[in-house]
Amino acid sequence: MKKSVGSRLFDTVNVIVLGFVGLVTLFPVYYVFVVSFTDPHEYLQKNGFVLFPQTWNISAYRYLMSTSAFLNATAVSAFLATAGTGLSLLFTAAMGFGLSRKRLRGRRMIMMMVLLTILFNPGIIPNYLVVRELGLINSVWSLIIPVLISGWNLILMKSFFDNIPAELEESALIDGCNDLGTFFRIIMPLSAAALAAFGLFYAVGYWNTFFHAVLYINDFSKAPLQIVLRNMLINSDTSTGGATAVEMISEQQIPTQTIKMAAVVIATLPILFVYPFLQKHFAKGVMLGSVKG
Amino acid sequence: METRTVSLETRKVRKNKSKVRSLYADLVRDKYLYLLVLPGVMYFIVFKYIPMWGIVIAFQDYSPYLGVWKSEWVGVEHFIRFFSNPDFFILFRNTMMISLLNLVFFFPLPIVLSLLLNELSNQAYKRVLQSIVYLPHFLSWVIIAGISFLLLSESSGIVNMLLERAGLPKYDFLTNADTFWGLLVLQNIWKETGWGTIIILAAITAVDPQLYEAAKIDGANRWRQTWHITLPAIRSVILILLILRLGHIMDVGFEQVFLMSNGAVAEVADVFETYVYRNGIQNGQFSYTTAVGLFKSVVGLLLVVIANHVVKKLGEEGVY
Repeated sequence: MKKSVGSRLFDTVNVIVLGFVGLVTLFPVYYVFVVSFTDPHEYLQKNGFVLFPQTWNISAYRYLMSTSAFLNATAVSAFLATAGTGLSLLFTAAMGFGLSRKRLRGRRMIMMMVLLTILFNPGIIPNYLVVRELGLINSVWSLIIPVLISGWNLILMKSFFDNIPAELEESALIDGCNDLGTFFRIIMPLSAAALAAFGLFYAVGYWNTFFHAVLYINDFSKAPLQIVLRNMLINSDTSTGGATAVEMISEQQIPTQTIKMAAVVIATLPILFVYPFLQKHFAKGVMLGSVKG
Repeated sequence: METRTVSLETRKVRKNKSKVRSLYADLVRDKYLYLLVLPGVMYFIVFKYIPMWGIVIAFQDYSPYLGVWKSEWVGVEHFIRFFSNPDFFILFRNTMMISLLNLVFFFPLPIVLSLLLNELSNQAYKRVLQSIVYLPHFLSWVIIAGISFLLLSESSGIVNMLLERAGLPKYDFLTNADTFWGLLVLQNIWKETGWGTIIILAAITAVDPQLYEAAKIDGANRWRQTWHITLPAIRSVILILLILRLGHIMDVGFEQVFLMSNGAVAEVADVFETYVYRNGIQNGQFSYTTAVGLFKSVVGLLLVVIANHVVKKLGEEGVY
């Protein structure tokens, strides 16, 4: 079928417009990447106007890797992203599975309870006080336990489990499994795709932890990456905290901008790395729980 | 020993047993399910419901030393203080303006982008674009603030460099109170537009292709097809997204504002949550700021309930 002139014109414009959108989205990321690898002298020379570095230079990265505070913060965030995600997935899936079984008494009441928490949040202070009463202030666990289960994810995961056919459970039953066995040995392996999607959401959330660290962590050695990153970016301070003041004695004066951008790249890297592998999962993950459409 | 039936979904009709006995039997039968559910329930109780109870502090003169039980009750004193404080209007104005600007400028964009993406015939190009636009959603606000500083800095930012080369004056994007709200909205657009297309595109692709064919036979061009088929089809999704957004109109993100705020823009940047953080956590005025937080949360809840009600009245499915 031949398209009209107007239609083909639209198509061309559409491709260009969307291409432009793609470029605008990518450019800031690209620029950060470029600056981080720029030779410090070239950066100063061009006063920041570097679109493609003449020489690729990793001095900013070398500097960051030598600072204990930065490495420490990266380790904290890595811990959150792994341990936190593991625990969150486990408890969200367990609760979601339990709630998906219609024979569970009190199921509806629990669901209502969860729903209410999504609609109403008492605020920063009451949450802070609870965390404080539990002695979690300045503990890395304050960044995991208070946010262990996302109500949203729980509801979505329950919906996902709703759709698992009853025959599977029945055959497990015949084989002598109790509910626990069924959950761990049959349901979980089957749900790998859903778990991957939710795992990604949790992992990114944990890796990006900032707000809760601002609230609950005062001890710099327990600060996650985003806090250290923020100190560098906003306070124009690349000494990354008092502990590394000694490291500032360096012959080569590295412009703060390249260091800052190297830090941003490192903070973004895990996400970029994991991104292509899981991209096929997460779009499905968003739709997994929805019953309509 | 209890034996379980193969068909798990049918309930045994217990005519002669009492309800209590039946309840106990079910608890025993499902004991492992309860075991699976228990940690989660405890989490919600400790970290979601106990804080809700902590709201009583808003009606007290809470002292950490005395605790909740022994602190003095002051009724609605904090609320009166808050509403008569000129700060209130500033916070309210800032919060509402940022949310409204987002509603007007950000909200339609994922819809437009979804429609445009949908019109692409080259599926590979479409997939590449989607991968690109989803990415910023995963970046933290710290990173986005950092990128903003890098690009928009008055002295060394590339945007100002370009302006200079074009003969235009440099602009203090980051420290200008007039453009602060716009800057926040732009950041939000960059970060979330792509991600917002996921759910809309899913709704668009759920439309029966036969509807389009029928329309083509009737002579409808692409625009009319979009107007009469695609848009009505995504109406439900858009309405639901709109309710959620309205319900969260008081929820201007703490992180974004906290990171972008500075001395020059403080007056237009302060929102409820940054105010609570500053006066509550940093200055220790627990009771007062709990009252502020409570106000914000209650209004938010009311808005969601009202919006949900309105949507249901319009014949759509609500959020709950």
